[in-house]
Amino acid sequence: MVRSRDDIVRTIGKPLLADDERVKISCRNVNVYYGEKRAIREVSVDIAEQEVTAFIGPSGCGKSTFLRCINRMNDTIKSCRVEGEITLDREDIYDRNVDPVLLRARIGMVFQKPNPFPKSIFENVAYGPRIHGLARNKSELDEIVITSLEKAGLFSEVKDQLDHPGTGLSGGQQQRLCIARAISVQPEVILMDEPCSALDPIATAKIEELIDELRRNFTIIIVTHSMQQAARVSQRTAFFHLGNLVEVDDTNTIFVNPEHKLTQDYITGRYG
Amino acid sequence: MNKQDHEARLNLIKSRLKIRYAKEKAFRAAGVTAILTALSMLAILFITIVGSGYSAFQQTFVRLDIHFDQEVIDPERSGDPEVFSQADFAGLVKKSLRKKFPDVRKRRQKRDLYSLVSSGASFQLRDMVMNNPGIIGSTKTVWMPADDDIDMYVKGHIKAGEKGGGRIKDYKLAWIKELSAGGAIEKRFNRTLFTSGDSREPELAGIWGAAVGSFYTMFVTLVLSFPLGVATAIYLEEFAPKNIWTDILEVNINNLAAVPSIVFGLLGLAVFLNFFGLPRSAPIVGGLVLTFMTLPTIIIASRASLLAVPPSIREGALGVGASKMQAVMHHVLPLALPGMLTGTIIGMARALGETAPLLMIGMVAFIVDIPAGIFDKATVLPVQIYLWADSPERAFMERTSAAIMILLAFLLIMNAAAVILRKRFERRW
Ligand SMILES: Nc1ncnc2c1ncn2[C@@H]1O[C@H](COP(=O)(O)OP(=O)(O)OP(=O)(O)O)[C@@H](O)[C@H]1O
Ligand SMILES: [Mg+2]
Repeated sequence: MVRSRDDIVRTIGKPLLADDERVKISCRNVNVYYGEKRAIREVSVDIAEQEVTAFIGPSGCGKSTFLRCINRMNDTIKSCRVEGEITLDREDIYDRNVDPVLLRARIGMVFQKPNPFPKSIFENVAYGPRIHGLARNKSELDEIVITSLEKAGLFSEVKDQLDHPGTGLSGGQQQRLCIARAISVQPEVILMDEPCSALDPIATAKIEELIDELRRNFTIIIVTHSMQQAARVSQRTAFFHLGNLVEVDDTNTIFVNPEHKLTQDYITGRYG
Repeated sequence: MNKQDHEARLNLIKSRLKIRYAKEKAFRAAGVTAILTALSMLAILFITIVGSGYSAFQQTFVRLDIHFDQEVIDPERSGDPEVFSQADFAGLVKKSLRKKFPDVRKRRQKRDLYSLVSSGASFQLRDMVMNNPGIIGSTKTVWMPADDDIDMYVKGHIKAGEKGGGRIKDYKLAWIKELSAGGAIEKRFNRTLFTSGDSREPELAGIWGAAVGSFYTMFVTLVLSFPLGVATAIYLEEFAPKNIWTDILEVNINNLAAVPSIVFGLLGLAVFLNFFGLPRSAPIVGGLVLTFMTLPTIIIASRASLLAVPPSIREGALGVGASKMQAVMHHVLPLALPGMLTGTIIGMARALGETAPLLMIGMVAFIVDIPAGIFDKATVLPVQIYLWADSPERAFMERTSAAIMILLAFLLIMNAAAVILRKRFERRW
């Protein structure tokens, strides 16, 4: 079910604190550099469990950069350096003992552009469980693939063509396939970087519905350029500007009564 | 905007449009000219080679009645193959020729008479007896290869009266006429060309030895350079840190691709022959040297095709928790493989046509035997072509062209194989 603006206004959540037991991910004084250039400045924020947190902000403000710190995807960029502390369940994910591969099995990611593997639909979803050895046999694997596709709201559309190429699906279907791929390894957190930016309104609506559904089992962080989308799907919203975290609060507070003028200007479209 | 302005603007665009189209036309014409020039050059090449080489696929044969004389072959009637193989089969051929032309008395003329038939004829007779001792004592009609001068004359490559064609004397011509009148001279398919090794006698020389040598050399090259090249490319592109050392390495690899091949030959001579003491003229050394030469090509092509794989595929794999290695092996490599294969085949094709470095390691030796392994003495097709092209006999000229045709056929087969392989590995989605 998609929440209307009025729903959000009515449910007033309390701001998260660092020691709140609902905290899933906690970031303290995070700085990110690309070479000499600082892309994220002293960002501290908490992400609550089983909630959708939206990252909004003008283009180039560092939303993707910050999101990619959370599953250490930035490790793959040679020039990129991360400072500060990010914890998942109160364990530092940048600790030397933390294996980024294991971390990414716990924190899944959906990318801006749908990027299914050039393999069959089945193989796309089965890949994660297979490399992690989550299925003991073929029927268990089938089971995982089917439930993942069902959760991603794609199964009914592709159930007769599981052996067809994943890249042959429509853009929206591909993105849902990528979501199915992400949830197939049962992560605790799912990061989504503008998952709907390549999609039409109907496909977008489907994915938003899906996100609302997934919130029950997963902690979700979504980067979005659409104010409406942030308002519709998220419980908390963080506003970034030029690498700074300007404000983070319950989504309705941000949209109805933001603390900062900058936030106000941005969400009302006066930013420019 | 008012209407006049609008029209003026349209006219401006239109006038520019004409120039733009003219430029496009000129460019296309230049392209077509270039292609036509290239095609005509290719056609000239093929026509010359085929024109001068096609006749080598036929060989003149002479028919003689040979009496397999018990007294000559096995006077003691031992039935021992060892004894047969020592027998004077050349004498049998001479005897048969004397019988055919009983009037020839002078020593000089007799020698000329005997030279109608290739000196290889005696081996042919020996093989017949070894395979079937039962024919001893009987008389058989045998087709034997004619000497290369006769072959050239029959094919019309040298004329009788012509200066320089003076090697064929008038009485010899009379014999040839007599033989062909009796149907005893015939042009037949030249099997020897495909089944024998090299020989001093053109009519006995074939490319099989060189082809097998080429095969072994290419085998060594492929087995070494493909895995090494691909592994190097994967490491450099996907795993190596970017620092001064890898930069230096990269510059060196690119440089190696441009090093003249003879330098690799000298390196092979110094390292493999003189230092490691590997056998001279062996395909193993040729393969090692050509591996040096091919590696840079394969590495560069492989890196380019790895680079062409969209990073989103890597990220997708890493995103579900694949390790770097798994992301590369499961997703990047399969997508890059067709490009890697293309690079490999290009490198191999170059190696197949390479002569200079092999000269340095002794693969230019005159080798009659067909090599049986990578440590045997061998030569390769392009070197064989070089050797034949360097031989004075007229008959080697057409064989040179024939060998070039065969080499080109090999290259064609290789490239076709590359296309088929690529099609097979290419993702259709
Ligand atoms: N790989 C990189 N190397 C160097 N600089 C980068 C790299 N990726 C991003 N940046 C820089 O970091 C800053 C933040 O980029 P980022 O992609 O995080 O912005 P964003 O908020 O996601 O923007 P958008 O909404 O357009 O996606 C930008 O100034 C960008 O130029
Ligand atoms: Mg972004």
